[in-house]
Amino acid sequence: MVEWTAEERAAIQGVFNKLDYESVGRESLTRCLVVYPWTRRYFGGFGNLFNAEAIMANPKVAAHGIVVLQGLEKALKNMDDIKNTYASLSEFHSVKLQVDPVNFQLLSDCLTVVIATRLRTEFTPDIQAAWQKFLAVVVSALSRQYH
Amino acid sequence: MSLSANDKATVKALWAKIAPKAEDIGNEALSRMLYVYPQTKTYFSHWSDLTPGSAPVRKHGKKVVGGIGLAVEKIDDLFNGLLTLSELHAFQLRVDPANFRILSHNILVVLALLFPNDFTPEAHLAMDKFFARVALALSDKYR
Repeated sequence: MVEWTAEERAAIQGVFNKLDYESVGRESLTRCLVVYPWTRRYFGGFGNLFNAEAIMANPKVAAHGIVVLQGLEKALKNMDDIKNTYASLSEFHSVKLQVDPVNFQLLSDCLTVVIATRLRTEFTPDIQAAWQKFLAVVVSALSRQYH
Repeated sequence: MSLSANDKATVKALWAKIAPKAEDIGNEALSRMLYVYPQTKTYFSHWSDLTPGSAPVRKHGKKVVGGIGLAVEKIDDLFNGLLTLSELHAFQLRVDPANFRILSHNILVVLALLFPNDFTPEAHLAMDKFFARVALALSDKYR
């Protein structure tokens, strides 16, 4: 089981409190699709993903950004058992969505970058460490049911 | 994933803008790398103080960011332009190349928090590609 200190829990909750799901979700997914364009392979049904402007303005990208953050919120609410909380999500990503787990880290990194633009110097090394630990646990749980 | 003319122009433009804060960027990025990825501290056991913002960290951050500045200058021929640094990393420092990606990530985070408006998705793309090429050049002589 993952051990969380009180400071880590507070740091992660603190980050979530400042997140505008719509704005951060949209920008994180946009950056992922722009910086790692091969990730567009998973979004064939999203319409125009041809350039940064189109992606940023795409309503399906916006909607999906929110879905992703709501998924993360589930992990936040079940921090002491993310592994089991995500079991069916992991199965879903493996069997139905068939997403290469490498992509979880790519989106994770983009999310961290976006949070840095929002929180700026409030995103201290301490908070970055706690936040990235949280994302690492999420990424691991999402990858766990692959077979 | 080679650098297009547009990538190079984007990198140069962004670097010119952030150059005044180069020292801070180096310090912050290195500090975060050592703190968030403690395994990277194994390369610096000879330093007295590895805490964020310490004197050795700040000094080394300046050196690292100076190297990046050189890379920007030599962006049209990174493998030759960074030859000395490449040999240094290959034969003396022998830093595992996985760590180049870790440091790159932390530089991107610092650029994001210091320059949120300039660090657009396109700039993020260009810098990520650039750092990947720099890492490749630095590890060129490893084996």
